[in-house]
Amino acid sequence: MSEKNTYILGIETSCDETAVAIIKNGTEIVTNVVASQIESHKRFGGVVPEIASRHHVEQITIVLEEAFATCNVTWDDIDAIAVTEGPGLVGALLIGINAAKALAFAKNKPLIGVHHIAGHIYANRLEKPFEFPLLSLIVSGGHTELVLMREHGSFERIGQTLDDAAGEAYDKVARTLELPYPGGPHIDRLAAEGKDVLDFPRAWLEKGSFDFSFSGLKSAVINKLHNMKQRQETIVKEDVAASFQESVVDVLTEKTYRAAETYDVKQVIVAGGVAANSRLREAMIEKFSETGRQLLIPPIHLCTDNAAMIGAAGTIFYEQGKRSDAYLNAHPSLQLSGYPQK
Amino acid sequence: MNVLAIDTTNHILGVALLSNNKVLGEIVTDSKRGQTERLMPAIEFIMNEASMVPEQLDRIVVAEGPGSYTGVRIGITTAKTLAWSLNIPVVAVSSLELLAYNGKNFPEFISPFFDARRGTVFTGLYKWIDNTIVQVSDHTNVLMEDWLNMLKERNDQVLFISPHIDLHREKIIDRLGASSVVLDDVFNYPRPSHLAKIGIERESVDQFSLTPNYLRLAEAEVNWLKEQKENK
Ligand SMILES: [Zn+2]
Repeated sequence: MSEKNTYILGIETSCDETAVAIIKNGTEIVTNVVASQIESHKRFGGVVPEIASRHHVEQITIVLEEAFATCNVTWDDIDAIAVTEGPGLVGALLIGINAAKALAFAKNKPLIGVHHIAGHIYANRLEKPFEFPLLSLIVSGGHTELVLMREHGSFERIGQTLDDAAGEAYDKVARTLELPYPGGPHIDRLAAEGKDVLDFPRAWLEKGSFDFSFSGLKSAVINKLHNMKQRQETIVKEDVAASFQESVVDVLTEKTYRAAETYDVKQVIVAGGVAANSRLREAMIEKFSETGRQLLIPPIHLCTDNAAMIGAAGTIFYEQGKRSDAYLNAHPSLQLSGYPQK
Repeated sequence: MNVLAIDTTNHILGVALLSNNKVLGEIVTDSKRGQTERLMPAIEFIMNEASMVPEQLDRIVVAEGPGSYTGVRIGITTAKTLAWSLNIPVVAVSSLELLAYNGKNFPEFISPFFDARRGTVFTGLYKWIDNTIVQVSDHTNVLMEDWLNMLKERNDQVLFISPHIDLHREKIIDRLGASSVVLDDVFNYPRPSHLAKIGIERESVDQFSLTPNYLRLAEAEVNWLKEQKENK
């Protein structure tokens, strides 16, 4: 008895990567193509939405072509097309969505809109099967949240940042330290050579809260640097980076740990661009090593935006019968809780 | 030859399906709703009405801009993805040429335009010569004020065609008086069947390198270039 394999074509264009992937049975990458625009945005010191949209239009069919050229799957094998519908930059999202709709029409395939964060979570299923309940810490330039899943395709947000996302704080502090964009990897690298001696604050918020706040920390770093400059003290960038990073990692790790205990989860997932941070990975591994809860952190190339994760999440929605139609639109601030609507 | 024409360059959506020179269907809507929500339902409707399947399409014609940045991207993305997946040619036609087509056989100059905010327009000059529409000046993003002054000096008769004619009507008549011709409302709408007709005879382009005609750099790029100059 052989069951038919499911192949989902994933498309992701929510920020500055034009990406297409094909996923087999929700767990296996057949092909995964990412065209990054980061070099083009560097000169502006951050992602410029209009520039991002312009690059997506230029790249979209080139990336599609490359995806099919690098594997043996044909259109006959493809069961559905999954595309990021939000959240993200509206103009950027629209390129993926319109391309996906054109493909669904031309090839007569079902269309499935996918939540970007659901994608980040499902990137982990390309590595290991899920066991529920499952807790995800999602950390990126746009997001810092804790999401509880009791079954496939159901998402409950139990905590989120009240101001800046963790990745945003990284970028702002990096700018203050005059590090090039994107700042995260530079802080991570500097921090490895510094010491946590500056004693920056940790925002725990009220007791039992799983929410986050990083704007106070960001201000504390900026003020500290300002004061040190005025007093003409030598600024050891390595120590600033290490102290800042330790504060962020401390709060992320501790809150995730407490939430994992509270909901007694089987698995803990770290997802999103900041999951590539070496100190966060190390601290999470340490924290969860003796808890009996399985920790999943995807390899770096699956932490940053890609379409494999959209294909992986799209497979679950496909199996659950979720379908989008020709009216599918971009939802720049789509919420994950209660998604997808039935 | 079955041709699907797509125009999403402005708030007006245009989709037409032609079989050789016969119009099988044409949809024009002017609405505040985004083009992404309107385009594919319109394509599906028109294809269904004609009992046609995508594989029967032989050519895609798309309005490449200028217009709203987001709008032109929606049309171009859809057109190039259809062309890629159906393996058929795609033709890009200027949205200004498409407007000028409404002035068929007008003996003098035609200035089709789209409002481009802050007193500026996207425009250019066209002329019908021997039953063909010919572009006689470069497309430009210019202050309407300056454009009209330039035309006044030329002393030619000019027909203005634009879905945004009402925004500029008074100024045109005030500045050019009798040498300006302005049409009634319905003649100011670009027609997707015209788009298909222009595109049937036009040479196709490589869909991989097909990009919108924005006619304007992104603001961040303008500022960046200015900075580079100043730092030199
Ligand atoms: Zn992301």
